Amino acid sequence: MIKIENLHASIDGQPILKGINLEVKPGEVHAIMGPNGSGKSTLASVLAGREEYEITEGSVTFEGKDLLELGAEDRAREGIFLAFQYPVEIPGVSNINFLKTAINEIRKYKGEEPMPAKDFLKRVKEKSALVELDNSLASRSVNEGFSGGEKKRNEIFQMAMLDPKLSILDETDSGLDIDALRIVANGVNKLKSADNASIVITHYQRLLDYIVPDFVHVLYNGKIIKSGPKELALELEEKGYDWLKKEEALEV
Amino acid sequence: MASEDELLAEVTSSEYKYGFYTNIESDKAPKGLNEDIIRLISAKKNEPEWLLEYRLSALKAWQEMIEPEWAHISYPKPNFQDLHYYSAPKPKKVLDSLDDADPELLEMYKKLGISIDEQKKLAGVAVDIVMDSVSVKTTFQDKLYELGIIFCSFSEAVQKHPDLVRKYLGTVVPKTDNFYAALNAAVFTDGSFCYIPKGVRCPMELSTYFRINEANTGQFERTLVIADEGSYVSYLEGCTAPMRDENQLHAAVVELVALNNAEIKYSTIQNWYPGNKEGKGGIYNFVTKRGLCETNAKISWTQVETGSAVTWKYPGCILKGDNSIGEFYSVAVTANHQQADTGSKMIHVGKNTKSTIISKGISAGVSNNSYRGLVNIGKKATNARNFTQCDSLLMGDKCGAHTFPYIEVGNKTAKVEHEATTSKIGEDQIFYCLQRGMDEQTAIGLIVNGYCKEILNQLPMEFAVEAQKLLEISLEGSVG
Repeated sequence: MIKIENLHASIDGQPILKGINLEVKPGEVHAIMGPNGSGKSTLASVLAGREEYEITEGSVTFEGKDLLELGAEDRAREGIFLAFQYPVEIPGVSNINFLKTAINEIRKYKGEEPMPAKDFLKRVKEKSALVELDNSLASRSVNEGFSGGEKKRNEIFQMAMLDPKLSILDETDSGLDIDALRIVANGVNKLKSADNASIVITHYQRLLDYIVPDFVHVLYNGKIIKSGPKELALELEEKGYDWLKKEEALEV
Repeated sequence: MASEDELLAEVTSSEYKYGFYTNIESDKAPKGLNEDIIRLISAKKNEPEWLLEYRLSALKAWQEMIEPEWAHISYPKPNFQDLHYYSAPKPKKVLDSLDDADPELLEMYKKLGISIDEQKKLAGVAVDIVMDSVSVKTTFQDKLYELGIIFCSFSEAVQKHPDLVRKYLGTVVPKTDNFYAALNAAVFTDGSFCYIPKGVRCPMELSTYFRINEANTGQFERTLVIADEGSYVSYLEGCTAPMRDENQLHAAVVELVALNNAEIKYSTIQNWYPGNKEGKGGIYNFVTKRGLCETNAKISWTQVETGSAVTWKYPGCILKGDNSIGEFYSVAVTANHQQADTGSKMIHVGKNTKSTIISKGISAGVSNNSYRGLVNIGKKATNARNFTQCDSLLMGDKCGAHTFPYIEVGNKTAKVEHEATTSKIGEDQIFYCLQRGMDEQTAIGLIVNGYCKEILNQLPMEFAVEAQKLLEISLEGSVG
C-alpha cells in the first residue's frame, strides 16, 4: 500500500528524518515507537503533506502513485488520513458541516455525486456510536470546547466517516484516561479490514494492549533502528529505549 | 498546498465579479453643486416648497462644514463640484408587466442574480429596485397596500404621503448632523420609504437593491422607515456596482423610527465595487444610518460589508424610550487596498435600555479595517446595559485591524462590557481541512463563514445564503 524508501526530511535546514524505510501492506497495523524528538510526528506530518518540511532525499509510493508529488488535499482524497495529535478547533463550523464538506470534496475528486443527506445522516449515526460520541457533539463546532478525550474520539469518528485506506494515528493515546483509551482503540479495531492499514505512532506500550500491531518499529534520531513483532513493544516497555540507543551508538 | 504568503497574494488579488456596465440612456444634470442645481433637482422631482427649503438650508449648512478627517482612512478628497448630482434612466413608458421592461435592464438583474420574475415566486420578497436614483419597479405593492403598509420610492412618498415624510424626515439624522449627511440632505435624489401602520406585522421581508450605474454620478440615497406603534418590519438592503476607473461617491442616509412597542430589523449586504488590486477606483461609501427607539421599541442592524474602496459607516440607535433595545451585528471584510472605519453608536437615554454590538472584522491584503464604536449612557438611563464584542481576523501580516471603542457613562447603575479579540487565520486550521480532503478555497470559505456565523444567523434565510456566497466570492482566487 505504502512504501517509504530512504526518506530524508528537514525543517528550517535542520534534518529530522535521516533515511526512513518502511513498507505497509493492506490489512497490516504498524506501530512506530520511540523517545521524544526522534521524528515520529515529523514522519506523520511529512506523509500527510505539511509544507514546512523539506524532503531532501528518498521516495514515498502510495498505491502506485508518487505521494510526494501530491498536495495535502489530494493525499487525503487518495485515502490517507491523519488523526492529529492536537486536533484543531474551527469555531462556528459544525462537525456535521465540516464532514459533509470533506466527504463531498473527496467524492467530487473521484467523480462521484455528493452523498445524499439521508445516507450521510445514517452514516453519522452509525459511526458516532462506534466511538460512543454523543450526538450533540456532531452539531457542535469542530473541536471547540471539546475535552482532550472528546477531541481524540472525534478524530476517530472522522476517520470512520471518511473511510481511508491508510490511517496514521499520531499519539492518539496521549492525554487519554483508560476508559477513553479503550473506546478509541475499540473504534480503531472495528474499522480494521483486509483492505486498509494503519500506522500507529505512540510513546507508550499501553495503547498496543488494545490495538495489536503486526509490526513494531523503533524510531530514533530520524531512523528506524529496530523492527520486530508485537513482542518488541513489551520489551521496550520493560527496558526502555536506552539499550537500543547504545546499540545504535556502537554501530555508528 | 501553497505557502501562506502565496495564498494571501491570491486571496487579495481576487477580481470583482460584478463589474459590468449597462448602457441605458440617462437624463443628467450638469456637473457641480450650487443652489441652481438643488432647485433643478427639486423641480425635476416636482417637490413641494418645504422640501426645497429643506434642501437649500442643508446646502447652506454643508457649505460651512469641513470634511471630517478623524476616521482611520486616507483617500483623495472628492471634488464635489466635478460630480453630476442628478441622473435618471429615461422612462420609456409605464410598465404593465415585466415583458414591457427594458431587456437591458432585465439582463442586468439577471447578472445580479435578482430576476424579478424569480423574486416574485420566491417566498414573498417585495423588491423596490433603485437604479441611479430613480425607482424602476415596485412589486407586491398592492398586497402591502391592503395592510396599509406603504413601501415605495422616496419620491413617490413625497408626492403621495407628504405629511408623513415631512413629519419624520431629518428627525433621526438632522440635516446638520455631519458633512455627508448634510450633503445628502441637500442633493438626495431618491431612495426608499416605508411606513408600517399601528399593530401591523409586515408579512414579508422588504427589500431594495441599489446600484450605481451612470458614470460619475454620486449616489445620494435617502431611506426612511417608520414603524408605528406595535408594528414589526424586516427590511433588507443589498447592492453591487459596476466596475469604474474613477472613484464614485456614495453618501446615503438611512433613518429608522420605531415608535412605542415597534420593532425594525434592518439588514444590509454591501458589495460596492472595491477598486482593483492596485487600489484604483472603487466606491467611497460615507453613510449615516441611525434609528430612534421609543418606549419598548427595538431596532436591530445587521450588515455584511465586503465592498467599497473606503467605508465610513456607524449604524446606531438612539434608545430614547424606556426598555428599548438596540442591536448591531456586523461583518466587514477588507482586502487589497480597501479601507473600512465602521462600527456602531448606541445612545442610551431611557431607563432599562439595552444594547448589543457584535462586530467581526476580516482584513486581508494591505487593507485596513477599523472598528469604531460609541456607547453613551445618559444621566437618566438607569440600569442601562451594553455588551460589545469586537473580533478581528487577520489574513497575512500586511493588513491592519484596529479597535477604537468610546465609552461614556453618565449613570452609575449602568453596566457596560467590552470584549475584543484578534486572531489570525491559522495555517493549522487550513492544514486540518486540507488533510480532510478540502481544497484551500473551500477551507478558507468554511473557516471564514464559521467565524461570521453569529452575524449570518441574524440575516433572513435568503439573505444569509447570499451573504455566505458573497464572503466566499470576496475571498475567491485563493487557489490558483
